[in-house]
This record gives sequence, C-alpha cells and structure tokens, in this order.
Amino acid sequence: MDRREHLKLLLAGGAGAALFMSSSCTPEDQRRSEEIIAENGGGPGYGRTEEEEERDARLRSETFFTDHEMATVAVLADIIIPADEESGSATDAGVPDFIEFMMKDYPPFQNPTRGGLMWLDSQCNERFGSRFVDCTEEERIEMVDLIAWPDDADPDMMYGVRFFNRMRDLVSTGFFTSEMGVEYMDYKGNTPGFWDGVPQEVLEEHGFSYDEEMMDKYIKEEERYVLAEWDEDGNVINRSGDSG
Amino acid sequence: MSFQIQTSGDKYDVAIVGSGAGGGMAAKILAESGLSVAVLEAGGYFDPAQEEYRTQLRWPWESPRRGASTVRDFGDFDAAWGGWEIDGEPYTRNDGTEFDWFRSRMLGGRTNHWGRISLRFGPEDFRRKDIDGLGDNWPIGYEDISPYYDRVDKLIGVFGTNEGLPNDPDGYFLPPPKPRLHELYIQRAAEQAGVPVIPSRLSILTRRVSERRGACFYCSQCNRACNAYADFSAGTCLVQPAMERGKVDLYTNAMVREVTTNGDGLATGVVYINKEDMQEYQVKARTVVLGASACETARIMLNSKSAQHPNGLANGSGVLGRYLHDSTGTSRSAIIPELIDRKRYNEDGVGGMHVYTPWWGDNSQLDFPRGYHLEYYGGMGMPLYGTGFGMDSARQYIKDEMGNPSPNGGYGKGLKQDIRKLYGSTVGISGRGECIARYDNYCEIDPDTVDKYGIPVLRFNYTWSEHEINQAKHMHDTFEEILTNLGGILLGDKPGPETDYNLAAPGRIIHEVGTTRMGDDPSTSVLNEYSQAHECENLFVVDAGSFVSQADKNPTWTIMALSWRTSDYIVDQMEKGNL
Repeated sequence: MDRREHLKLLLAGGAGAALFMSSSCTPEDQRRSEEIIAENGGGPGYGRTEEEEERDARLRSETFFTDHEMATVAVLADIIIPADEESGSATDAGVPDFIEFMMKDYPPFQNPTRGGLMWLDSQCNERFGSRFVDCTEEERIEMVDLIAWPDDADPDMMYGVRFFNRMRDLVSTGFFTSEMGVEYMDYKGNTPGFWDGVPQEVLEEHGFSYDEEMMDKYIKEEERYVLAEWDEDGNVINRSGDSG
Repeated sequence: MSFQIQTSGDKYDVAIVGSGAGGGMAAKILAESGLSVAVLEAGGYFDPAQEEYRTQLRWPWESPRRGASTVRDFGDFDAAWGGWEIDGEPYTRNDGTEFDWFRSRMLGGRTNHWGRISLRFGPEDFRRKDIDGLGDNWPIGYEDISPYYDRVDKLIGVFGTNEGLPNDPDGYFLPPPKPRLHELYIQRAAEQAGVPVIPSRLSILTRRVSERRGACFYCSQCNRACNAYADFSAGTCLVQPAMERGKVDLYTNAMVREVTTNGDGLATGVVYINKEDMQEYQVKARTVVLGASACETARIMLNSKSAQHPNGLANGSGVLGRYLHDSTGTSRSAIIPELIDRKRYNEDGVGGMHVYTPWWGDNSQLDFPRGYHLEYYGGMGMPLYGTGFGMDSARQYIKDEMGNPSPNGGYGKGLKQDIRKLYGSTVGISGRGECIARYDNYCEIDPDTVDKYGIPVLRFNYTWSEHEINQAKHMHDTFEEILTNLGGILLGDKPGPETDYNLAAPGRIIHEVGTTRMGDDPSTSVLNEYSQAHECENLFVVDAGSFVSQADKNPTWTIMALSWRTSDYIVDQMEKGNL
C-alpha cells in the first residue's frame, strides 16, 4: 500500500474505510478464531450469500501462520497496542487471529509478512543470538526501535520499517475494530435514534451556531412518523407546530 | 440430442429485463395499470428486512475481515452483490482505453447500495448543445419530465430544500437533517471561497411517505440497505409493491441473452439462461422493456441479431453502444486540527452527506464546458477495516499540550492514544462532473469472448478528453481552496497532469449512460423521446441508456422519471391498440 492509499484510508476513517483495500493481508488459527468470533457474536450469518459463506468457511479451515510465527505476531501485537488502565491489549482483543484471517483473505499479504517475520528473527539472531520471541524484553524493544520510527530509521533498515508499518496498520485496525477497541475509541453510533444536530456545548466549543433561518426547515423528531403532505409549491404542509 | 428452448405457456403483456431503478419503476406503473408483467432479474432475491440478508446495524467484529473490501468491493457490509469483476462474467477493453463496469446481480440491482443522491436535471441539461455546441440536445425538455420528477419525489421521498436555483430545480422535498460539525466547518470555508453549500438531496425518509415504509433512524448505513425501507431501493420501494398489487411474476437468477423477434422485426419476448439449472428458457410478451443498465441493455440488443436486425436489435443507425459516458470524479482530503481529540457523541446521521454544493461556476469563463457538484465526507463513523492505518505518516499531526508533534510511527500506549485522538478529524471533498458524450466512447460485442452462460461479452473503448481533464484540474483547485480556508492539513500531494489530476477511470463513478440514446433522428439515435426503439415499436429502454447527456447529476432520479413517463406511454399505446 502506498502513502496515498494510506492517507485515503485514514481520511475515510470510519464509514468510508472499507472502500479501500490495502495491499496487505492475513491467515488464521481456526480454533482460536472461532472462539473469538463466537465470543463476539460474529461468524457466518451476517447477511452472507451462499458463495461468501463457503469462502469464509474455507478460509477458516486453513492455517497460514506456523505456531512460531503466530507467537511472534502476538508479541509484536502487544508491543504495538499494549494493555493500559483503559483497555486490554491487542491479543486480549483477538488481533492475532484477525491477522491470520487477513493473510488468507488477501494473499498478497502473505509473502511480505512471512518474509518480514523471518527477517526479524535473523536480525535478532545476529544481534542477540536468539529469535525475536526468545529475546529479553529489552532486546525486543531495542530491535523494534530500529524499525518503528520511519522518519529516523537507518536506510539499511527500510525493509524492516515497511514490515513494521504493515504490522502497525494491521494490529491497530484489528484492535480498533474489535469490541474492546470500539469501546476504547468511544464510538457512540450504530444504534437507532434521531439526529438532532451537533450538541449545543460542542457547537459553542467550536464557535458555531445553526442558522436561525434554517432551523425551521430541518426535520423535527416529533414529525418523522407522520406521513408527509405538500402544497402545490412543494412545501410540506403538515409540519410539527402547524395547526391542523 | 435435440436441444429445445423451454417456453412457459403464459404470454405476458410486458417482459421487463432488470429490477433496478428503471425496471422497478416500469414494473410498478405497468402492473398497477392492470397489465401482466414478467420481471427478469439476473441475480437472486433480496430483501433487507429479512434477517438472512441483513448487514445493517452489524458491528465491525461480526465480519472476520472487519468490513474490508476483499469480497465486496465497497466493504463486507455493503449491500451490493457483484462488483467490478464477477466470476464467469468477464468484459474486455480495447488497448489503451479504460472502463470499469460495476454490476450488481440481485433484486433491486445497484439501488441497494447507492449513495441516494437524488438530483433533478435542470432545464439547461436538456439543451447543452445550444449552450456550448458540444454533444447533442435531448428531444425533450425539462417541462416534459418535470411532472414525473414531482411524482417520483412524492412516491419515493427525497429530503432537501427549495432554493430557486436555475438549473437545480426545486421539488417536493422532505425536511433535511441538520449539518454535522465537519459540515459546518466545510460550509464556512466553502462560502469564503464563493462556493455555495446547501442541504443535500438524498432519497432517505426523514419523514414517512407511505404506510409500508418507515422513517430514517440515523444509522448512516444506507449502503447496507435499510430494513425499515427508509431509503430508496428498487426492490423494496417498487418491485415489492408491484408484486403485492399487480399481476407480476418475478424471475430471479434469469440471465437474459437476447430479445426474440418475428419476421416483421417486432419483439416477441426474451430468452434467458436460468443460473440454477443452466438451461435456456423463453418468456413471451407483447412488449419488451429493457432496464438491465445502460451497458447490459446495449449488450442484449447487440446480441439480438436477426434477418431484420442484422447489426443487433434496432441498430440500423450503428449508434447502439455509442456515446457511453460516466461522471468524472476525483477527491482530496484533509485533517481539521480543531477536530483532533474531539468530544464524542453519536454523529452517524443519514447515510451520506447532510450538505452538498451544486455547480456554481460559469463555464463561459472557464477552460472546460460542463459543471460538477461537490460531495463532502468525514465525521465519527463506525470504525472499520482501515481505521488506524497510516500512522507511519500521519501521527505527526497530533500535538501534545506544549505543541510538540508526535513522532511518526512508533508503538505502545502513546500510539494507541494518538489513533484515538485522530479519529473523526479527517474530512474530504469529491467532485462529480459531467463528461461530454462522444461517438468514440462505446461498448461493443467482443467477438472472441463469451461468459459462462455462453453469451458474448462487452468490449469497452473509452478515453477522457481535455474537457474532462481540465475539469478535474479545476476540481483540485477548488478542493485546495476550501480545505486551506478551513485550516486543514491537506493530505497527499496535489495531483498534476501526469495523472490527469487523479481523474477516476471511466466507469468508476458508476453513472454510465448513453448507449441507446434518444433523439428525433433515427439515423443518429436508437430511441425516440418515449424511449421506444425507432426500429422496433414494441421495444423500450428504461435504464440510463436513453440519456443524451448526463449532467453533473446522479442519474437515478432521471432514470425513474423517464421510466414512469415511458410506462405511461406504453399503457396509453396499448389502450389505443398500437402495441
């Protein structure tokens, strides 16, 4: 995924984010995924076609990461999104299983991710004489610091930087789209209600107010279930507050 | 072994191909007039009110890909079945040209997931050649279609405001919702740039318009299809009522190959392949109405060759498939610093922007001939796949109390907090403009390729001209001015001529029209002003194939108004014994 695509995704933020597919991807451990999905009330049956259900079932039945790779992904995930006083960590939110699924759902993720994990192990072997997961916490952080800061990284670390960028993206998005992450984000929507404009204190904080002249034109909550009727000029005649 | 097409015993008054905006409207009007109707849909049955089809109000974690677009092009919860590429249903392109064709194979077609932007064409949009000398005038004017727009407004429902604009006509609107916070920022910045911002016009029911449809409950998920039927889709608002009230047989998974004709060159029905048993069937009808989408309708007609119609059905002019055109489109985005670390509240609103900008410019003072409108987006939407991406380049925009920027990239609690702070701070602007219809942009039958149903496929040939490229350049100047006015941190680089100013590939805006255009002259048009084929009087087209020009308006409202007008004409002609 190039920078522009990243920015598009970022820009789209929530609602539009699904419009853009990045050039990365994931695999999964079937058992753990199913547990997570069961816990989260997900799985097949969210408006899938038959073909889609078959595809998802097939992907769930396959395994991409080895146990060692999965363990490495889990350690990286909790470095990127750790637990804190407000929420659990990436692994608490089931992120490694999401990444496993994405590897299979979007195969172009596979080689760069597998290769990146091997690259990470060989770097650690060279520096500390052991694989990443077998390093001490201090050694892991020393290694991660070489690839986690794109603006300051050594030019010969750029492969690692790109690998870590992809992991940061996947771990972050996996966390923030989990139930735990959505709660941490404090997203308030996805529930039936009525939009009555920006809360007054927020309007004031940002120095806005709604145009008085427009206020009468906007929809009012109490009239929404009343069938609309118009006069010949296209004005709705049975607005709330109207007599008769 | 002998091979025989199976024919159902019934002969219908009308066979309608396609169940989207055009086909759905024809089904409703014709069935309610008492005619017997067969509706043939290439995809499966769909009803968003039934639990098995529901994606609305799902949470991101209910999708194993968290809403990513690996399966459905507009994300895992989007209602459209199908997409840019469909297994077994290829299309091709001539070298050096581009066209992407979005198809939705399901009851209601693409109306299940569309943006609900419902704009009337204005008086000038029917007579562009008179104004700038390019393209052609329509054989009808605004006064011919205006009564039908009125009826569509009242039947389907659209919110908006009467503004008295000369080329963006007033209508019968429902009250609009108040703008969201980022829309207030945009409105102020746009107005500083001399760009007007008015309530948008979306076919979403802020108030009820009928007993069988509910009112919007503000989940912002119209693209997932509404289980309360509070937005327009053709299946829920047109085909269902037609079936409830009239003599309508719905054939799903019926992939129409051709229109059959008799020795007089008149239509006798259609042949379709049933996708479930892969057998061919014929449906007989007195009149055939094509509403399969501009390109699919052209394909069916081109594939319907006979002694009387050697170049394809009703194609003596050679115009069939020509004048294909889609909207132009490009966009830009920015972070609004004042929206970083913002207070949370439910900001979902309706499924789309609450304000927009109709074309405000004067083309006589510009280096391109046609206008564009602006669409705005942003806000605290549902976190989906992609949320949290890009912190390797965007984290720097978060500043601490001392004003020091965060470092790009990184990890840990600080990263987690910065993603939360950045959420909901990005806004974007998209331009959607009018392309000039040209003879040289077309679809035709590819002689070398068939789909898995054995039906020859379309080959596209489409290029942008300097008109569209100059327009895209102007769009980016406008985006930059508005986003700079609002103090935004513009994201990405401003595109230049080397990328045609990031003009989206033809087809990408999914407003393709013009392939069977209407006109008074049978040598330069396929249809007359009632969308009746010049060369086959019992064949009609009710999708956007009939459009002479596309305006900078989304086509759906005009498709429905024209389909209603054509349906009235069919009823009238049948009553007079002419069909």
